[in-house]
Amino acid sequence: MIRTLLVANRGEIASRIFRTCRIMGIRTVAVYATPDATLPFVREADVAVALGGSSATESYLVIDKILDAARRSGADAIHPGFGFLSENASFARAVIDAGLTWVGPTPANITAMGSKVEAKMLAAAAGVPVLASSVVEGDDPAGWAAAATSVGYPVLVKASSGGGGRGMRLVTSASLLADAVTGARREALASFGDATVFIERYLPAPRHIEFQVFGDTHGNVIHLGERECSLQRRHQKIVEEAPSPVLGDEMREEMAGAAVGLARAIGYVGAGTVEYLYDDSNGVPEFFFLEMNTRLQVEHPVTECLTGADLVQWQIDVANGLALPLAQEQVERRGHAIEVRLYAEDPANGFLPTFGHLHTYEIGRSDPGLRYEHGVESGSDVTTFFDPMLAKVIAHAPSRLAAASRLADALSAMAIHGVTVNRDYLVAVLSDADFLAGSTTTAFVDAHPALFSATVSDAEELAHVAAYVVASSRSRHSSNLWSFAPTGWRNVPSQRHEIHLRSGERSVRVDYEWPTAQPDLVHLTIDGVDHSVRIVRHERAVNADDLTMDVDGLTRSVRVSSGGDVVWANSSGGQSAWSVEPRFTPPATGASAGGPIAPVPGRVVAVHVVEGQTVTVGDALVTMEAMKMEHRIEANADGVVIELRCAAGDQVDAHQVLVVLG
Amino acid sequence: MSRVFASAKATALRSGAMSVLTTRLDPRSSEFRANADAMQVLLDEVLAQQREALVAGGERYIERHRSRGKMLVRERIELLIDRDSPLLELHALAAWGTGDPVGAGGVHAIGLINGVECFVSGTDMTVKGGASNPSSVTKSLRGMEIALKNRLPYITLTESAGADLPRQADIFVPGGASFKNLTRMSAAGIPTISLVFGPSTAGGAYTPGMSDYVVMVKDRARVFLGGPPLVKMAIDEDANEEDLGGADMHARVSGLADYLAVDERDALRLGRDIVAHLNWRKHGPGPTMPADAPVHDRSELLGAAPADVRKPIDVREIIARVVDGSRFEEFKPLYGTQLVTGWASLCGFPIGILANNGILFSEESQKGSQFIQLCNRTDTPILFIQNITGFMVGTRYEQGGIIKDGAKLINAVSNSTVPHLTLMVGASYGAGNYGMSGKAYDPRFIFTWPNHRIAVMGPKQLAGVMNIITKGRDPEGVIALEKQVEAESTALYATGRVWDDGIIDPRDTRTVLGIALSVVHNAEVRGTSTFGVFRM
Repeated sequence: MIRTLLVANRGEIASRIFRTCRIMGIRTVAVYATPDATLPFVREADVAVALGGSSATESYLVIDKILDAARRSGADAIHPGFGFLSENASFARAVIDAGLTWVGPTPANITAMGSKVEAKMLAAAAGVPVLASSVVEGDDPAGWAAAATSVGYPVLVKASSGGGGRGMRLVTSASLLADAVTGARREALASFGDATVFIERYLPAPRHIEFQVFGDTHGNVIHLGERECSLQRRHQKIVEEAPSPVLGDEMREEMAGAAVGLARAIGYVGAGTVEYLYDDSNGVPEFFFLEMNTRLQVEHPVTECLTGADLVQWQIDVANGLALPLAQEQVERRGHAIEVRLYAEDPANGFLPTFGHLHTYEIGRSDPGLRYEHGVESGSDVTTFFDPMLAKVIAHAPSRLAAASRLADALSAMAIHGVTVNRDYLVAVLSDADFLAGSTTTAFVDAHPALFSATVSDAEELAHVAAYVVASSRSRHSSNLWSFAPTGWRNVPSQRHEIHLRSGERSVRVDYEWPTAQPDLVHLTIDGVDHSVRIVRHERAVNADDLTMDVDGLTRSVRVSSGGDVVWANSSGGQSAWSVEPRFTPPATGASAGGPIAPVPGRVVAVHVVEGQTVTVGDALVTMEAMKMEHRIEANADGVVIELRCAAGDQVDAHQVLVVLG
Repeated sequence: MSRVFASAKATALRSGAMSVLTTRLDPRSSEFRANADAMQVLLDEVLAQQREALVAGGERYIERHRSRGKMLVRERIELLIDRDSPLLELHALAAWGTGDPVGAGGVHAIGLINGVECFVSGTDMTVKGGASNPSSVTKSLRGMEIALKNRLPYITLTESAGADLPRQADIFVPGGASFKNLTRMSAAGIPTISLVFGPSTAGGAYTPGMSDYVVMVKDRARVFLGGPPLVKMAIDEDANEEDLGGADMHARVSGLADYLAVDERDALRLGRDIVAHLNWRKHGPGPTMPADAPVHDRSELLGAAPADVRKPIDVREIIARVVDGSRFEEFKPLYGTQLVTGWASLCGFPIGILANNGILFSEESQKGSQFIQLCNRTDTPILFIQNITGFMVGTRYEQGGIIKDGAKLINAVSNSTVPHLTLMVGASYGAGNYGMSGKAYDPRFIFTWPNHRIAVMGPKQLAGVMNIITKGRDPEGVIALEKQVEAESTALYATGRVWDDGIIDPRDTRTVLGIALSVVHNAEVRGTSTFGVFRM
């Protein structure tokens, strides 16, 4: 009987598990790496144990530290969450050997499914369709090429251990294979401690459909239906939903049956997910075993929404030796649920991770159809040490359309200041006609690049700009010596006030004027178009202005918050971030040192050039690793390497010059 | 017009038990509406003249200026001052009615630069090449007087072809005081900053030459005593403008330019930076009283003064729409009632007010003299609100010593050392103009409403007097004189001659006086106990 549960994880999943523990009366223990010390999950636990260290390899991946934390805190069970050590059989074994209860599948289960190559064989043996594949062995590129040819291009090079797109490379032609294998092995080794990779047939636009299975120690195995998670970027899921918009009952039964069959075949215990690639591009629906995740999934809440089950409670009950609470025929699924992952990343900039201080992190909507899984709060720092997922937002509604619009609305109404997130992109996806039509395949993201740069609507942006101009103009005026005068007062008006705002790449010129006789009126010209703005209400707080304004006949409420050089405008229609272009730019005093810079903070993995070497545009200079992703730093011009400013193993800051070219 | 009573209702805060003025103005009355309509007509004319002054150079020259990549002088000023801060332009209609271009070819403004109240004087290159004319000399000297007396950092935006040579006789001698004033300001610790945007040659070269700080715009500024033709004439040297007076040369060789600006915008940035580093401190105290708005609607000031200045008004209706919280503590309310005196604060600055409520008798003059002495004893700035047809005449009053009492008032006004602000809200006739700190009595600032009339006496009265003196022998001459005086008495005529610092919209009175009061506090505010002999 579990009394004190340690969660060997961080962020929103730790918080989510603690919540169920609270309901079940189980005491909770958090462990945390140094950069996470102030995150909500640390406080939410009854006891937290500092692991020290900044990176995962110094903290959440160190088995001894976790076990020691369990001992010190008196935990009698460990839940691994997902990621980190959740699919590490030796960890599971060590937990059990330490006399603790392991909330998860058996080490044998993990081992069986942990190697993708072996998992595929087991799946095939259990009658589950699999994609053609070949193991990559040795260091001979010729051997690798032969393996790829046997499968047929395009192929995916995948890490045998792990998932989440790490250690995965798409290869479209033989010439690119060697680099891909080398890179995938390095990434696999860094992420999972296992460099084994294999080559698999690549389907260009399949759907990713997975089945939640559950087994107990009494031999019961059931499924809780599917989730479709086709929308992925960099092989990481961003939108997950249930049911799949494409599956008919017959196909669902067939796929579910195969999943349960595989779980049964390996005597599966606990929560697991059988992932399939589903493809009906040639008119005939097919599905192929992709992998089985021997853990709780990030996207488990959509299943919980539909079934009403608390999967974490089920995990704990199963770990306590109880039988599953439901038989297969008792599982009911109601409505439609969609989950999105809110990432600290910039879709318009290749989904590169972002970081910084979250000045504000607030939800704007709460109703029973909405579920939030927060990993951060206002004031949190988003670091580059761990996964950039900040939160999950889930909407549950009677229909898919209703769920999508409810979710888009909830996302739009969130105030997230200080760190660029993918929210506008998610809102755009949820509002996209193809998405709403259910045309979701793994090719969706690349096929809809216009959504990367999605922002609030033009009308909303106008209100945001107007609100910002009003708030900032009044604020600047109120702090001047003559604040008793009307804002920007002129006795001989000769021109409008001019201000240039910037939001990302977008620059906006605003000319505005405060008519002396009407202090609540401002005339704006934005990029040459005239607008009339009447201020209905204006409440000023320390760092925020709440404005209700009539803009061209439509009244909207906008909150304007300032944080340093940036100002955020929030309304029910979304958020935009603005900075003021300086009126004056001091002339350059001389060319600053030029050269390729680090796009993100990270660690230099390899330096490919030496000083004095001649390079041409596009030559690889440095390989960096950040967020477990490799970044290739290329020469931005033809020239000679004048100075190397980094070496392999160096930790470098964003925008740091790595190589000086001349 | 109705009377106003000081209510006994006490107000809170540091204003103590000061009374709040109540009002009898009825904005719906036909009388009010007629006054407001008449004022609006006069105001519209002023605004129309202001709009013309903005483009006094004419479309063609403005276009040519712009096509050279240059900013108009007001665009430069807008960039120079702090974003969203107010700007008070002075003497906008200088030269009106004189034949010189309205505005006198330049702009005077007081604005905030990095929080510092500065006087900005810019030439308008589109108006006759920025050449100076007699009106611009008058305007410029008044601007410098304001900067000097109020200790305002003085910034010139220089760009000028020089003097309008056919007018040199009216410019050369008086205009020379400019350079004296620049160095006197400098000597008084008032920074002088010259931003040179274009040619500034011959005498004009002394504007940067006499300034504490000089910024020149690269490839634009041309500062030399003699240009290439003159040099050729004088010493037979072939010289080019860049070598003679280019910005780069002055920055690197002569040292006349302290800062080299890459372009106009950069010059304004440098100007702002210079002000930021002045370590400027105002010598007067800051506002010390609550600066709450008047409880009565300032827009009613349009109808508070009669279109016909001969009709009496209750000046308390104006005070009630200008001072903080409409609070006014009247001094000697029962004595000499045609002159209202009392204490108030305006935008937080304590002031004493002397306001006409009719003609000046002996009692009014004595009361005013005493009140001015009290303001000097308490270092309190004075606001004069002029609506005065003169001192009382007649045997009874002459025998009662009205000259001695008028002299007391003029003595007090002349020797008072606290800052005076004068507001003209109607008539300003006769010696009443002097006793109420008219232009010749050096008020720090003097502003007029559009209905203002100023002359030695009212035109009709003057005509009548002339008729009696000429025994009715020259009725046509008298009519012509009346018409002449009528035309020379208007607010536009007065402002054209720089008899004031600008005509203001009555509704802006509080704002304008607030800025003026804040500005005068750059200098020490100190009264005196030294006056001339008060004749008893």
